[in-house]
Amino acid sequence: MNIKEIQQDIIEEFSMFDDWMQRYEYMIELGKSLPLIDEKYKVDENLIKGCQSKVWVHAELEGDKLVFTADSDAIITKGIVAILIRAFSNQHPSDILEADTQFIDEIGLKEHLSPTRANGLVSMIKQLKMYAIAYQTQLD
Amino acid sequence: MKVAAENLALNIENIRNDFPILKRKVNGYPLVYFDNAATSQTPQQVIDAIVDYYSNYNANIHRGVHTLSQEATDKYEAARKTVQTHFNAAKSHEIIFTSGTTHGINLVASGFASLLEEGDEVIVSALEHHSNIVPWQMLCEKTGALLKVIPMNNEGELVVDKFQQLLSNKTKVVFLNHVSNALGTINPIEKIITEAHKVGAAVLIDGAQAAPHIKADVQALDVDFYVASAHKMCGPTGVGVLYGKEEWLNKLPPYQGGGEMIATVSFEKTTYADLPHKFEAGTPNICGGIAFGVALDYMNAIGFDKIASYEEELLHYGTEKLLKIEGLKIYGTSTKKTAVISFNIEGIHPYDIGTIVDKLGIAVRTGHHCAQPIMDFYKIPGTVRASFLFYNTKEEIDLLVEAVKRAKSMLQ
Repeated sequence: MNIKEIQQDIIEEFSMFDDWMQRYEYMIELGKSLPLIDEKYKVDENLIKGCQSKVWVHAELEGDKLVFTADSDAIITKGIVAILIRAFSNQHPSDILEADTQFIDEIGLKEHLSPTRANGLVSMIKQLKMYAIAYQTQLD
Repeated sequence: MKVAAENLALNIENIRNDFPILKRKVNGYPLVYFDNAATSQTPQQVIDAIVDYYSNYNANIHRGVHTLSQEATDKYEAARKTVQTHFNAAKSHEIIFTSGTTHGINLVASGFASLLEEGDEVIVSALEHHSNIVPWQMLCEKTGALLKVIPMNNEGELVVDKFQQLLSNKTKVVFLNHVSNALGTINPIEKIITEAHKVGAAVLIDGAQAAPHIKADVQALDVDFYVASAHKMCGPTGVGVLYGKEEWLNKLPPYQGGGEMIATVSFEKTTYADLPHKFEAGTPNICGGIAFGVALDYMNAIGFDKIASYEEELLHYGTEKLLKIEGLKIYGTSTKKTAVISFNIEGIHPYDIGTIVDKLGIAVRTGHHCAQPIMDFYKIPGTVRASFLFYNTKEEIDLLVEAVKRAKSMLQ
């Protein structure tokens, strides 16, 4: 599936819930399924700045696809990272760079986060895109 | 006893009616506001005073000859008198209006730059808010003075014996909070002030967290500086108070230059205005100062003794109920506390709990509460902090307990 299709799936999944408590429960479940970062990459240089809880993200190329792994010390944050990774992982860096993040607005995630967490979300997206830029230059 | 409790409950109902915001819903649930240590809510009386100011007599003060300016000046200076009476300062010019506690601390810390020499020592406590650490660190960097720290114990109390060992004739300033914002511990400031004065050191007490709960008598305390913020005492944001003993305020140089703070100005020489105007450069927060006075009148009409005993009841009730949740740990277990409960649940990040309870209409603070040294001491990323004020109820605490239980079952 391409990024657009995955994002469409996520939008549909989130629209099935009646209220935000259910959506949070779902995010917590997603958090538990997050592809975990190898302990050796859980170092300060992989921490995302601008998050109030700790978030580590690692990226590596498998063939021409960029694969993300991550972890956080807060479970809801893990859920948020899991949603992003599902949308962007295992994709070509140039596709990641071109992809928009409209789906975040469509599932209403940002407005249901505290301002500090919403900032963290922006930082996470920025970091995934930074990795994509870095690996894109390797592929070129 | 029972009758007294009923009377109190009756008062609380009336009191709650004074706070329009307490009627609102958040995420479909009635608001439970337990973030009072960050900012308190505002009673209608204070809101009315703000509206009255802008509707009827908004004008710049101290220099106009016209009627509005005179009215605004009279009310602003009357508010200063109200603050003076509240804190029992000897003179009204010992009351400096500031933009808040942080401003007051910076004003004093910056003034001490001209009074300290290399090798002098300043003492801070381990329980401080960043706003009472950073300005003094900056002062030490500037002057070459040495920063020493009064350590804390596991209960979140200061180790006073260690403080006495830190004191010497090199000690020039001691600064600490009256009440810890992260834990609610009430510090033994009487003892600390007495001991510091024995070596001739000045003492600044950050009263931001104490002032909403404890009426400090600056003369009885014999404290040199006491700072607080209106917005934690049912007043508006952007206004606060610095009390300073006249002799100390005269010793400190002005903090900011501008209008209001001068006596005469020429390009050769400016002479500064007398207290309190020396420290009130520019147009002050006139409306804020007036509304602060109204907020103090409001709280004093209820009575700080009644407030303290009711909040203690809330603290005990909340502590007992929350501790029944398995895996819940309270940080700050001193017997002398204001109504603050800082806690974590084993294996769950405080942000996660804060996020879920917010969805249930409950406002708590999560994080390090701008007191990272305390979090480092306990080796935790932060806590969930529920802080109560006199308009809160036991029923609201029950809602918090249920919400935390629900969050726990979701998150574990």
